[in-house]
Order: sequence, then C-alpha cells, then structure tokens
Amino acid sequence: MARRTFDPDQASFTLVMGALTIAAITLLLAPTLVVVIVSFTDSFSLRFPPPGYSFKWYVALLDAWQLHFAAWNSFVVALWTTVISVVLGVAASLAIARSPTLTARLLDSLFMSPLVLPALAFGLAALMLFSLVGLPISPLTLIIGHTVVCVPYVVRTTVAALAQLDTVLLESSASLGASRLYTFRRITLPLIRPGIIAGAFLAFMASFDNVPVSLFLRDARTDMLPIRMWQDLEGKLDVTIAAVSGVMIFLTILALVVMERMAGLSRRLR
Amino acid sequence: MRSAPVTTYDLKLALPLAGFFALFFVAPLLILILVSFYTDTSLTQFGLVQYARFLLDPFSLSVLVSTLWLGVKVTLLCLLLGFPLAWTFVRSPRLAQGVLMLIIVLPLLTSVVVRTFAWIVILGRQGIVNNLLLSLGLADTPLRLLYTDGGVVVALAQVQMPLMVLPLITALSRIDPNLRDASSALGAGAWRSFIKVILPLTLPGIMAGCLLTFAAAITAFITQSLVGGGQMLFMPMYLYQQSSTLSNWPFAAAISIIFLVAVLGAVTLFNLLGRLSRGYAQG
Repeated sequence: MARRTFDPDQASFTLVMGALTIAAITLLLAPTLVVVIVSFTDSFSLRFPPPGYSFKWYVALLDAWQLHFAAWNSFVVALWTTVISVVLGVAASLAIARSPTLTARLLDSLFMSPLVLPALAFGLAALMLFSLVGLPISPLTLIIGHTVVCVPYVVRTTVAALAQLDTVLLESSASLGASRLYTFRRITLPLIRPGIIAGAFLAFMASFDNVPVSLFLRDARTDMLPIRMWQDLEGKLDVTIAAVSGVMIFLTILALVVMERMAGLSRRLR
Repeated sequence: MRSAPVTTYDLKLALPLAGFFALFFVAPLLILILVSFYTDTSLTQFGLVQYARFLLDPFSLSVLVSTLWLGVKVTLLCLLLGFPLAWTFVRSPRLAQGVLMLIIVLPLLTSVVVRTFAWIVILGRQGIVNNLLLSLGLADTPLRLLYTDGGVVVALAQVQMPLMVLPLITALSRIDPNLRDASSALGAGAWRSFIKVILPLTLPGIMAGCLLTFAAAITAFITQSLVGGGQMLFMPMYLYQQSSTLSNWPFAAAISIIFLVAVLGAVTLFNLLGRLSRGYAQG
C-alpha cells in the first residue's frame, strides 16, 4: 500500500499513544531513580535533588542493628516459606494441572484465592485461629501465614509450565519402558524446572515483602524488615531508610536479571 | 485397566496442600465469620450488632465508598497509561522489548515500602515536584501534595501499573496484525481502527488487568496509609485500627467480612464482564 505523505488522523493517534507511553514509563521509573539518588545525599533531609552526595547513609547502615535483625528474620521466614511452598505447591500442581475433573478445577480456584482476597483480613483471621488453639506468635506462625499467601505463585507458574509440556514426550518415555518415577525425574522435572524456579522466586519475594500478614502474626522478637521500615517511616523520615531502599533496589535488579536468564521470568508473569 | 494414563498424575498429590489450606486458610476465615456475629468484645453473645453498626453508620459507609472509589480512580489511571505502554511494547523491536519489560516488571518486584517511600520523597514539601513548581514560578509556596487524594491515586497507580500492563501485552500480542491492515485498507483511520477493532478484541485483557489492579489498589495498606496519612481513612487501615489499636475483634471481623464481600463482588463483576467481552471478541 502506498503511504500518504501526511495523515492527520494517523499522526494524532501516534502522538497521543507516544505521549501516554512516555508518561507511563516516567511514572514507572521515576520513583526508583529518585530513591537511588536521594540515598547518596550528604544532608539530613530527603530534599530532592540533594545538596551534595556522599556514602554516609550506607555507612550508617552498617550500625543499624535493628534493621539487620529485622532483615535476617525476614530472610529466614522467606526461605522457609519458599521451601514449604515449593514442596506443597509443586505436588498439588502435578495433581491438578492436566486433570479435567471438577475437583481439580475447584482446588485450583481455592489455591489461587489468597491472591485476590484482602490479605489483611486473612492476617486477622489467622491471628484469631492461632489464639483460639493456643499457638503463641512465633516464627512458625509467620511461616504458616506467609505460605498461604505465597503458595499461589508456585502453583500458578508450575501449572502453566506443565500445561506447555508436550504429552508425546511422556508417552514415548513410557512406551520405551521407563517407570513413572523415572519419566518424572528425567523428562517432566527438567522441563518444568524453569517454571518452578520462577514460582519459588516470586514466592520468596512476596514473603520477604509481606506486610498485611506479618502485621498480625509477628511480635518484637520476630520483627520483619518491611514492618520495621514502615514504622520508621510513620515516625520520622529517616535517611537511613533511603539507604536500605537503595540496597533493596540493587538486590532486586540483580535477582531479576539472574531470574530472567535462568527461568525467563517475565514471560511467566503474564 | 493396566495403569493410569502417563500424562496425568494422581489427584492425591494435591492432598497435602488441600489439607494445609483447610487448616490454615479455610478454618481461619470460618472463625472470622463466626467472630463477626458476636455482639461484645468478650465474645459471649450472638447477634448482628456489628453489621448493623457498620451498615447504619454514615462514617463507616463513607470509608467503604471512598475505598472502592479510590480503586476505580487508580484502575482508570492505570488503564489510561498502561494501554499505550502495552501497545508500544507489542510494536517494539526485540531488544527494546527486553528493556521495556525490565522497566515494567521492576516495580512489581521492588518492595512496596520502598516504592511508597519514593513517593514520600517525590511529593514532599522539599520534593522534586514542589522544587520544580517553585523554580518555574508556578507556585509561590510549597504545595501540600502528600496526604492528598491525588497523591494517593498517582502513587497507587505506579505501584499497581504492572498488573494492568502484563495482561494487556498478552491480549495485544494475540491480535492478528492482518486485522488492522484490513481495517485501514477498507478506509478506516487510525483512531477508528483502534476503537472499532483493537479495543473490542483486547476487552478480555482489559477486564483481567482491571480486576487485578482494582483488587490490589483497594487492599494496598502500606501505600494508602503512608501517602494518605492520618486524614484519609480506607478500609484496610480501618480494619487494622479496630483490631490492633482498639482490640475490637468482632467489629474488625465484621469490617473484614464486609470488605471481603465487596472485593468478591467486584471480582465477580469483572469476571462476568470479561466472559461477556470474550464472547464478543470471538463472536
């Protein structure tokens, strides 16, 4: 088709779409950039742009033992949550992935529902359960609560990976005399591994960043990093928080790049 | 009848997780429902007092309405900016797609507290927006941007934008490019093709994105409380205040149930619209 020299209709369409895209990218990027820049400030305020630059808030971070304690707690809870989520989630995914039965569909909806329901309501409900059965607040109750809200990520990515698996491979493996377990170990598992890794990563991040469930299920002994940071921000606007944020953004970008290489993460988020 | 088909697994493998969910997800929610029917904080008498107290109280109702309205505003802003972004993504070369995907996904994985903290820096009295306005002479004194409705909407839109953009990218990349060519060959301009062809075909994706964005925006406790401050009260904070600060479990439980029902209602509505639009898109 011949291109017309100037088409006001096409031009205005491209202009509007382009302008809105630039606005969207700015909105998505600006906060991250602003936090990284302000974390290198040399002043005691969060003035932007900063009057001068230094590493002093990162140095101050080395002595912030409360933040270290909370970060360590969050890490341990997230690690256990991820392990339990992967074990329970992958087993359940195998069961429901290709099954056309109503039970499987219902279970799928049940396992996904914590993603949509307000997590704060679940946190309160879990606290009621634990106090009813007399289980005191501990890292264990935190891990249980986190697993409920994090396991859907593992189920979602693993079920998707299983759905893409070519069944011919499994049938030919069986017809060549391989046992079900052998087929699982040598065919199924290697093929769905990227899906499981992506799910495990998302579950870990969701647990590490969780606020609504931790809010109800932690106490002073099990202080969690996002809650510590939130409470610090409620009280005073401390520049140390900017340095913590800088570290977290750096680690997130690093993890994101590694996961993209290992598991094609962004394809699995859609 | 030799053995089960090799391509499926026994449903029993779902039992551990099903049991875990029965104990730690379904049971707590049932207890929550039960507690909401107690009339007093020492849990001795049954009644509908808590629900009456919420539904007949103009203040509580205004909190519910402003929370849902907040969700609508954030969802519309995300759609307005997210659709063009998804549109550009689908039409970009491969390398640019990689960079764009990183920009889209990074906020999704960055800690919510960190993202919200960024908005405190941006919207604060000494923040970037106020400095810009002052230096351009558009304002004489720093404006109060933090703790305002607009501030909360913009901050939430950034936090939830990926949830809108990702389903839209999926929906847009499924559209047959020939359709647009056919539309323009038949004489439709860019805007007309967009409204008559592209938009209806992406409706299922739009509904999926709106559902995720809306549900996330109304439950976003951290962003609401830090950017909104003490002046604005939304359902999550209301629930938290009643349960933790005031230890009023029955009322907090009733708030939770009403909030849950509101969210489920919205989810059902979006799902219904999504199903209708899918029929439309394929019909």
